[in-house]
Amino acid sequence: MLKSILSRGAVTALALAGLTTAAFAQLELKIMAPAAPGGGWDGTARSMQQALTASGIAKSVQVNNVNGAGGTIGLAQFVNGAKGDGSQLMVNGFVMVGAILLNKSPVNLSQVTPIARLTAEAQVIVVPADSPIKTAKDLADRVKADPAKVTWAGGSAGGVDHIMAALFAGAVGGDATKINYIPFSGGGEALAALLGGRVTAGISGYGEFEGQIKAGKLRVVGVSSGARLPNAPDAPTLKEGGVNLEVLNWRSVVAPPGITAEQRKVLADAMEKMAKSKEWAEILKARGWDDAYLGGAEFEAFLKAEDARVGKVLRDVGLVK
Amino acid sequence: MDTFNALMHGFSVAIEPSKLLFALVGVFLGTAVGVLPGIGPALTVALLLPVTFKLDPAGSLIMFAGIYYGGMYGGSTTAILINAPGESASLATALEGSKMAKAGRGGPALATSAIGSFVAGTIATLGLAFLAPWLVEVAVKFGPWDYFALMILAFVTVSATFGDSPLRGITSLAIGVTLGLIGIDRLTGQARLTFGVPELLDGVEVTTLAVGLFAVGEALYVASKRFRDPEEIVPIKGSLWMTKEDWKRSWAPWLRGTAFGFPIGALPAGGAEVPTFLSYSTEKKLCKYPDEFGKGAIEGVAGPEAANNASAAGTLVPLLTLGLPTSATAAIMLAGFQQYGLNPGPLLFAERPDLVWGLIASLFIANTMLVIINLPLIGLWVRLLAIPQPWLYAGILVFAAMGTLAVKASVVELSMLFVFGFLGFLMRRYDYPVAPMVVGLILGPMAEAQLRRALQISLGDPMILLENPGSAILLGLAFIGLVAPFVMSGLNRFKASED
Repeated sequence: MLKSILSRGAVTALALAGLTTAAFAQLELKIMAPAAPGGGWDGTARSMQQALTASGIAKSVQVNNVNGAGGTIGLAQFVNGAKGDGSQLMVNGFVMVGAILLNKSPVNLSQVTPIARLTAEAQVIVVPADSPIKTAKDLADRVKADPAKVTWAGGSAGGVDHIMAALFAGAVGGDATKINYIPFSGGGEALAALLGGRVTAGISGYGEFEGQIKAGKLRVVGVSSGARLPNAPDAPTLKEGGVNLEVLNWRSVVAPPGITAEQRKVLADAMEKMAKSKEWAEILKARGWDDAYLGGAEFEAFLKAEDARVGKVLRDVGLVK
Repeated sequence: MDTFNALMHGFSVAIEPSKLLFALVGVFLGTAVGVLPGIGPALTVALLLPVTFKLDPAGSLIMFAGIYYGGMYGGSTTAILINAPGESASLATALEGSKMAKAGRGGPALATSAIGSFVAGTIATLGLAFLAPWLVEVAVKFGPWDYFALMILAFVTVSATFGDSPLRGITSLAIGVTLGLIGIDRLTGQARLTFGVPELLDGVEVTTLAVGLFAVGEALYVASKRFRDPEEIVPIKGSLWMTKEDWKRSWAPWLRGTAFGFPIGALPAGGAEVPTFLSYSTEKKLCKYPDEFGKGAIEGVAGPEAANNASAAGTLVPLLTLGLPTSATAAIMLAGFQQYGLNPGPLLFAERPDLVWGLIASLFIANTMLVIINLPLIGLWVRLLAIPQPWLYAGILVFAAMGTLAVKASVVELSMLFVFGFLGFLMRRYDYPVAPMVVGLILGPMAEAQLRRALQISLGDPMILLENPGSAILLGLAFIGLVAPFVMSGLNRFKASED
């Protein structure tokens, strides 16, 4: 009861904000966040809701959460329940690609209609400030010498942090099957393990470690983007450190299977318009996300390539047989 | 003295009328969602985030803190009145609280929980203001081995909830630990005991098990006995308020509960459940009327309630000083901070002192408001129990089902609720205690993950558990707790035979 009143309140408040900026469009959308409220996908869905209504691209947007199993529960519900419905969207991302394989999910991303990639977040590898490891090369040497002795702290098993640790080992010529990766729930516990000096290195989104990096308690070994981050010009990329590795934690939006080409175009146009709106730009800035808009066939190809890359890594580290 | 001045400055921010209004709205919302099983403070804050995007940051954060404290308190109301703990932190409260309510002592139970929450919240918030920087240094030193030892200590204390037969208690605990194995293994990502049901991948929800066993199980049990051997619920017996005796028996548990709750809540993986169990079993051991435990001892409400509120304040220590979210609500509050471009962490105190101290000061205010709002409501709440039994229990069933669906709208979840409900009925019928099962579900997975993490860090050497002073001491305490009762009874027998 209360939940619906609250979310309705949220919608009304946002719709009112929209009234002042633009005339109402006719589009009514439902966006599924296949995660609990508060996470990255939920944040993306609610930011979309905000940008779509405030810029007048959509008349109303409802966000619903279906949490569980790395998003695969939501995916199953979306594929089966929303078939052919041109008014529904679902947020997903890198993590879901791995979760589908790990959970042996009966549904997968080939069953949805790709619409667009929206954001990307660079990953960062850090070490405690008093660690003897200074550069990506130092860490690479250790991983090469004995991967089992390097303990990594990061998020859930099979998630983007874990996959990146395996990719790092592979990129420096170490044995990816032997990495000693310790999954923690959420960034908080991993951070505590790092600050307490109990693990060799930590992997997470840059934002998660930013406060500690700026306070000088953690040292950046390398960021996983192609170029240095605008908000952290001092942090070197892994490539600069001699490790040929690029990983982006991207988030995207997909439509249900079985929609018509016309419906697909309406949704794709709405997403493109939103991604280019000033409201969206403001949200990206406030949240510290990078704009990574990629639409149409290019996104479809990207999704396939990532699926293949993640699948290979998970098989390499032995998580997927 | 600096801290004191900063806190006073914080009060000057927090008593602005607009901030007081935010705190009031937060406390009110928090209490309301706490009372509804399933809708916790985390969900509420998440839903409010987009609405507050354009509001003043200090005001919104103050409101979130009000929701957090209010939710912690509201959860205990249903635990006491209808034996349906809305969140795992009020589980221990339900044990004695619901017994008190049935015996007509619901008023004092709710009062000791309200005042205990106030006392604990206030002391713990003082702790947050004055000890935070120091405490957090200790907290990050707590390694997986220490957590594992703490869990073992908590396991030992579970025996306090066993009732008369240790064998039946251990059986119930074992079922709970087994249920804890269901789902994706956190360290390898492999599915265990899910039997191909995708909804089971995330494991069994603690509130589903607790509400099923406690509330649904009890409703079935009461219904089964309705015509043969009806159980009498006395709405009000004696004073609606706490008597002098109640005060005397409550104050020490409040303080001890705070002493458990605050430091454990401040640990990055401490949580609110462990301190409530530790508090419950301590009170049972120290109580002058141990016979009353299991029948409605006020100490068993006062201690855990103080502990869960103190742990809520404790959670804010790592959140504010390190940016470490250690509970679901804290994680969402962190998202709230980031929405305003604020990064909690070592720099926040320096960069935005007005905001941090305003928030801390508003916690005191929220706490006071909670007591003021809730004490007069007790009279109203207790009247709920005067509803004729068939109506009351039908209402509880609807309430429980709705709450479960609010968390996860799935047929599997609802079926689980009723399967657990039926199990709870059988366990009551054959006199098995239900609490150890829920405790097993909470502690089992935590202990497992921490032990395996510890071994991963030590590269497989189990001696790490004894080499670290923290874990060695905790394990030692657990060992003493386990062995002492046998030694004591042995000594007594020895003495008896000498006489």
